[in-house]
Amino acid sequence: MPTARTWREYPQRYRYEAAVCKKCNKWHFPPRPVCDACKGEEFETKAMRRTGKILSHTVIRVPPAPFKDQAPYAMAVIEMDDGPRITTQVVDCGDGSLKIGQKVKLEFRRIYDDSEAGSINYGYKAVPA
Amino acid sequence: MREVAIIGVGLTKFGELWEQSLRNLYVEAALKAIKDAGVDHIDSMYVGCMSSGLFTGQEHLGALMADYLGQAPVPATRVESACASGGAALRMGYMEVASGQSDVVLVGGVEKMTDVGGDEATYALATASDQEWEAFNGVTFPGLYAMMAVAHMERYKTTVKQLAAVAVKNHLNGTKNPTAQFPAKISVDDVLNSVMVADPLHILDCSPITDGAAAVILCPADKAKKVAKHGAVKILASAAATDTIALHSRKDLAALDAVAKAASVAFSLANKKPSDIQLCEVHDCFTIAEIMSTEALGFFEKGKGGPAVEAGETAIGGKIAVNTSGGLKSKGHPVGATGVAQAIEIVEQLRGQAGARQVAKAKIGMTSNMGGTGASAVVHILEAL
Ligand SMILES: [Zn+2]
Repeated sequence: MPTARTWREYPQRYRYEAAVCKKCNKWHFPPRPVCDACKGEEFETKAMRRTGKILSHTVIRVPPAPFKDQAPYAMAVIEMDDGPRITTQVVDCGDGSLKIGQKVKLEFRRIYDDSEAGSINYGYKAVPA
Repeated sequence: MREVAIIGVGLTKFGELWEQSLRNLYVEAALKAIKDAGVDHIDSMYVGCMSSGLFTGQEHLGALMADYLGQAPVPATRVESACASGGAALRMGYMEVASGQSDVVLVGGVEKMTDVGGDEATYALATASDQEWEAFNGVTFPGLYAMMAVAHMERYKTTVKQLAAVAVKNHLNGTKNPTAQFPAKISVDDVLNSVMVADPLHILDCSPITDGAAAVILCPADKAKKVAKHGAVKILASAAATDTIALHSRKDLAALDAVAKAASVAFSLANKKPSDIQLCEVHDCFTIAEIMSTEALGFFEKGKGGPAVEAGETAIGGKIAVNTSGGLKSKGHPVGATGVAQAIEIVEQLRGQAGARQVAKAKIGMTSNMGGTGASAVVHILEAL
């Protein structure tokens, strides 16, 4: 992955920066240029709270190449307490038996080593709250 | 707008076709379609393809295929909508004939997926998800559909046996289709005992990696009967819709709202309702996708798709025959070709040429082609002419 893109995504991956619509108050993570609720185009940058709950989950047993050293690993769709939804790994969860509705929080973790770019990509993973 | 008909079809064998190149696959299907239609020229052509760049390093397929088909200088354009590229290409061809811009249009779909290894194929397919906010974190396509399945199972008590029943039915249908990649009689236990890919989806819940191409010839419906050598089928409706690119942003993880939207538009254009449809090719890239599709298309209430397949309601001879071709599961899923191949199955059924898998007295059929986790949906309704 190009390093410029990695850098561009730091505010979200490292600091959970969301765009809050000035018209209807909907939180967008990642930020988007047009609010999908009210078509508003003005936003305020705010950091999301790092807590949320699991909406669905799975265990990836056949991973993409950069994730081979981590498989099998749990993944979930999480609804953050501020509203946005994300797809992320869930770690430190024992045998990986997750439940819909389970509370989680995001932590800063290594995502994968990008051998092509010679860099390590960091971001968020969820852990049981 | 003019009414439009399909007057010719052409399919390659689906499978791991080591000796066949991307261009040869497309040209083989196109030549078969042209000969089947009996036309002496084409005015324009489309190429549905998802990711020739990542699978083979080749882009610019419109010109490439026109050139190798010996049809340059006709206009030729590639259409991409992930796994719905074929359906989207068919829709472009339909609109070109309907508008009066062209009379005879070739629409082909193609994907050459086995020139790369498994890791590269996984990467190429994952580009149909949100690269930055889904794939970056390590999710795969089976993983995304697995999370749709978990949500559906939690809400509606859908079971893994019902998922497996989709695979069993479609592989059985595939045994009656000479172009199918994996014609096989399998059991529910075979599916449940196969390797787990992303819980609760086993490898036999997933469609395969496939090389193949499919092509159709379109012309105005009022000329179709006179021109067509082997029978014509009218396109009653062509409709498309979109949803959020990321699964996690959907209103409901257990529903395919873009499919439902495209279907409702198509039913209203065709002045038909779900109970008028006798057979439907749906996008069973994973078994859960067939169950959710049959609900989104209105054949069954939400949550009733699983019990319906288990009860045989979607088998040939059931209430509505779903994926008589074997579907993506058994016939194979060369992603860019799939949407066109779905239409070909309906054409063959409506022309009464489907052999051992023929649906008795088939008059009206439907296709539902989907891209990504359902962010793109293209639906066609076809009627025997
Ligand atoms: Zn807004």
